Amino acid sequence: MFAAENGLKGDPRLEAISAAIRVVPDFPKKGIMFQDITTLLLDHKAFKHTVDIFVDRYKDMQISVVAGVEARGFMFGPSIALAIGAKFVPLRKPGKLPGKVISESYELEYGHDCLEMHVDAVEPRERVIIIDDLAATGGTLSAAISLMESQGAEVVECACVIGLPEVKGQHKLKGKPLYVLVEPSGLDKF
Amino acid sequence: MSGNKQEEDPRINGIKTKIRVVPDFPKKGIMFQDITTVLLDPKAFKDTIDLFVERYRDKNISVVAGIEARGFLFGPPIALAIGAKFVPLRKPKKLPGETIFEEYELEYGNDRLEMHVGAVEAGDRALVVDDLIATGGTLCAAINLLERVGAEVVECACVIELPELKGRQRLKGKPLCMLVEYR
Repeated sequence: MFAAENGLKGDPRLEAISAAIRVVPDFPKKGIMFQDITTLLLDHKAFKHTVDIFVDRYKDMQISVVAGVEARGFMFGPSIALAIGAKFVPLRKPGKLPGKVISESYELEYGHDCLEMHVDAVEPRERVIIIDDLAATGGTLSAAISLMESQGAEVVECACVIGLPEVKGQHKLKGKPLYVLVEPSGLDKF
Repeated sequence: MSGNKQEEDPRINGIKTKIRVVPDFPKKGIMFQDITTVLLDPKAFKDTIDLFVERYRDKNISVVAGIEARGFLFGPPIALAIGAKFVPLRKPKKLPGETIFEEYELEYGNDRLEMHVGAVEAGDRALVVDDLIATGGTLCAAINLLERVGAEVVECACVIELPELKGRQRLKGKPLCMLVEYR
């Protein structure tokens, strides 16, 4: 669900966040309007608003794990984890995590990729939120949910800064709610 | 303040005990310093960030540059706490906009670090953050990128140093702040 439909309607912070995101046409290939959050990270106030909105939402939900998807999920997840007193768990591309891992593959437009997590990172019945910068098809987030559930943890919600239109209709991924701050922006930043 | 280790602070030992050493990763003979176990301990992770924030909050740092990918775990929380921009320094072809790059040496061959044009401006005071300094090659590339656009690199900050690899000497005279040594 979008934040504006869920208690934050008219919140000026959402407009600031949206305005700070840069669109880069034809990246990584023609036809894709890439949502670049690096410009959001350059805007300290807007970046802080982003983290604060997620923290306000999750701080009283007894969340013990924030899992972030490599690499842009790493830019938001740890700050949220620190503020709510949760563990941060990185979900990584294959071969990056040094210890024993479990992995889950997911489909790309052409072919597939794989997400890994350390086996000792989450425990059964832990309450988890999964963070990424953007949700498009939901494939990566679904793989992340599978990893958590394979360890007996409970995914409370998935959270993204940006949600593409195709995600709006499906509020749930594998039955789990998705919380999104803004729709894609359309303006160049610099 | 070169070579500064926060020796007296009691939080350091708590962080050190949370670092997991994984032998023979990514290849035989390497004792890999795994910081994911620090991230699993909210107190140790918070202490890590707090130690850096306390050091830098009054130094007018306008940019925290983090090196992909583990620098992204520590850099943004520091940036947020001290009121600075966060700039990711990334492997090739990840950043969507116009970039500049700096090459650096690996054991076999080279790699590149990229930064968005316009992210850092002349006169910015920068901090470079990574989880660990080994040979210093990546940090040196980061310093070069920042200096090329006219920023002043104030310091490099790492959780862990491998002093035997002498990376500290490859930082173009810039000071290094680290929390934990591994010998």
